[in-house]
Amino acid sequence: MSDSQESTANQTLYEKLGGEAAVNAAVDIFYRKVLADYRINRFFDNSDMEKQAAKQKAFLTMAFGGPNNYNGTDMRNAHARLVKMGLNSSHFDAVMEHLGATLIELSVPQELIAQAAAIAESTRNDVLGK
Amino acid sequence: MRSITIGESTFSCQPDETVLETLLRENVQIPNGCRQGLCQACLMRSLDNSPPVSAQAGLKDTLQKQNYFLACVCHPEQDMTIALPNQRGASIEACVIRKQLLTPDIVHLVLEYQTQFNFFAGQFVNLKRPDGLTRSYSIANIPQHENILEFHIRRLPNGQFSSWVYDELEVGTLLTVSEAQGSCHYLPGREEQPLMLVGTGSGLAPLYGIIADALAQNHSGPIHLFHGSRDLNGLYFIDEMRELAAEFDNFHYTACLSGEDIESGHVRGRAHDIALSSIETLSGWRVFLCGHPEMVNQTKRMAFMKGASMGDIYTDAFHVLQVEK
Ligand SMILES: Cc1cc2nc3c(=O)[nH]c(=O)nc-3n(C[C@H](O)[C@H](O)[C@H](O)COP(=O)(O)OP(=O)(O)OC[C@H]3O[C@@H](n4cnc5c(N)ncnc54)[C@H](O)[C@@H]3O)c2cc1C
Ligand code: HEM
Ligand code: FES
Repeated sequence: MSDSQESTANQTLYEKLGGEAAVNAAVDIFYRKVLADYRINRFFDNSDMEKQAAKQKAFLTMAFGGPNNYNGTDMRNAHARLVKMGLNSSHFDAVMEHLGATLIELSVPQELIAQAAAIAESTRNDVLGK
Repeated sequence: MRSITIGESTFSCQPDETVLETLLRENVQIPNGCRQGLCQACLMRSLDNSPPVSAQAGLKDTLQKQNYFLACVCHPEQDMTIALPNQRGASIEACVIRKQLLTPDIVHLVLEYQTQFNFFAGQFVNLKRPDGLTRSYSIANIPQHENILEFHIRRLPNGQFSSWVYDELEVGTLLTVSEAQGSCHYLPGREEQPLMLVGTGSGLAPLYGIIADALAQNHSGPIHLFHGSRDLNGLYFIDEMRELAAEFDNFHYTACLSGEDIESGHVRGRAHDIALSSIETLSGWRVFLCGHPEMVNQTKRMAFMKGASMGDIYTDAFHVLQVEK
């Protein structure tokens, strides 16, 4: 999935966004937004915030087109428990909102935000177990 | 080819293999998830050499310092002896040399050891008494020349270990002490960073050690300690803390009592509420939270929401075994 994000300038989206440093900068901002959002925060059990934050890092790395070993089945499995809890498209939209807002806060150019959003969007059916 | 020793077994790591791949190939069960150094499920610890820096990316600084690493992204640069986080190293024996009441509920216990022992103030050890009963207690002093470990132990009504310490343990008794554990401690660097420390009851023990450590290492940023308890029996070291605040301009101390109808000169309210409401934003702060598990978890979340970065929040929740009724 990430391989197809090669840009014209020979630089991947991940590189353009700033790689691992960008993910590190984004993760606290993104996770704070998610925890503050009453629509979805019940899915993010915060008994171990450290582990949760690490998983959000995995999410962002993937959305940024970075190196990852997740396939569709992994995404299904990772979210199956949440689908049982009632995860649906409106929750997915909320996460997309926070992803966009996080990148805006980090002054990422609009066109790169659109590319990251497209990667995240492409996982919708797997995440929602459809 | 590098060799990897875990427990009694030694395996050889093929070129291009990660530590995780080697162990899984040899049918050693190691938790794992992302296999790309993100989820931290495969956290392990090197017992001899420092692991490759690249295998420590993203780990809390205190864990890096203790040679923790992620097996799924670790290509060994030399032979390694490793352990899972819950596999413990060697224990030592230590002798009780002092026992003293700090409040009617809290005992100050001082142990002396003879063998080499490494620790950071604020880490905890498991104390084992001669019949095997074991509990965790935090180290309240900084490593010095005199080979001692100090603890603040709160007596729980009918608590097996704490009541025994309180009622029966005598000077001269030998206790078994596990290696020091936990990542809630001070590290030098970033000396100007403001520190917020919140502890309830004997949660002051690790914080006391952390503060002593920070001051000994010339931490120059403001250090704000909030110590809380329901009643006066949980507050101690009040004079020591006030003296420390008089000696160091950057150290600030607030004692808080949350119980009702207590006459005292202390601030009324829960320590974490007072702490969080007195600080505008925690962006850029380093935060230490110790003591009651509920307080620790709640405050961790609030501190994060108030701007503290996840990597800058260090916690020690004093989980007590829940006895089935
Ligand atoms: C990492 C870590 C560090 C720790 N550091 C310290 C420390 O520095 N100082 C310290 O004093 N403790 C510390 N503790 C707690 C300590 O390990 C023991 O759990 C505690 O002393 C109780 O052990 P016990 O054998 O006396 O009680 P147990 O025999 O284990 O019994 C505890 C019983 O008390 C009940 N109980 C729980 N809380 C209360 C309460 N507030 N009032 C009445 N009853 C209650 C429980 O339901 C349980 O039945 C730490 C714990 C951890 C995990
Ligand atoms: C937008 C597309 C999404 C992508 C690409 C994505 C990606 C990921 C990834 C990579 C992980 C880590 C899996 C692991 O290694 O364990 C994960 C975990 C998680 N995701 Fe998502 N996710 C998406 C949407 C969502 C949504 C909409 C929610 C809920 C509102 C959500 C909630 C979670 C939670 C709670 C976890 C942790 C699960 C656990 O505790 O094991 N995700 N996600
Ligand atoms: S398996 Fe996720 S960090 Fe190693």
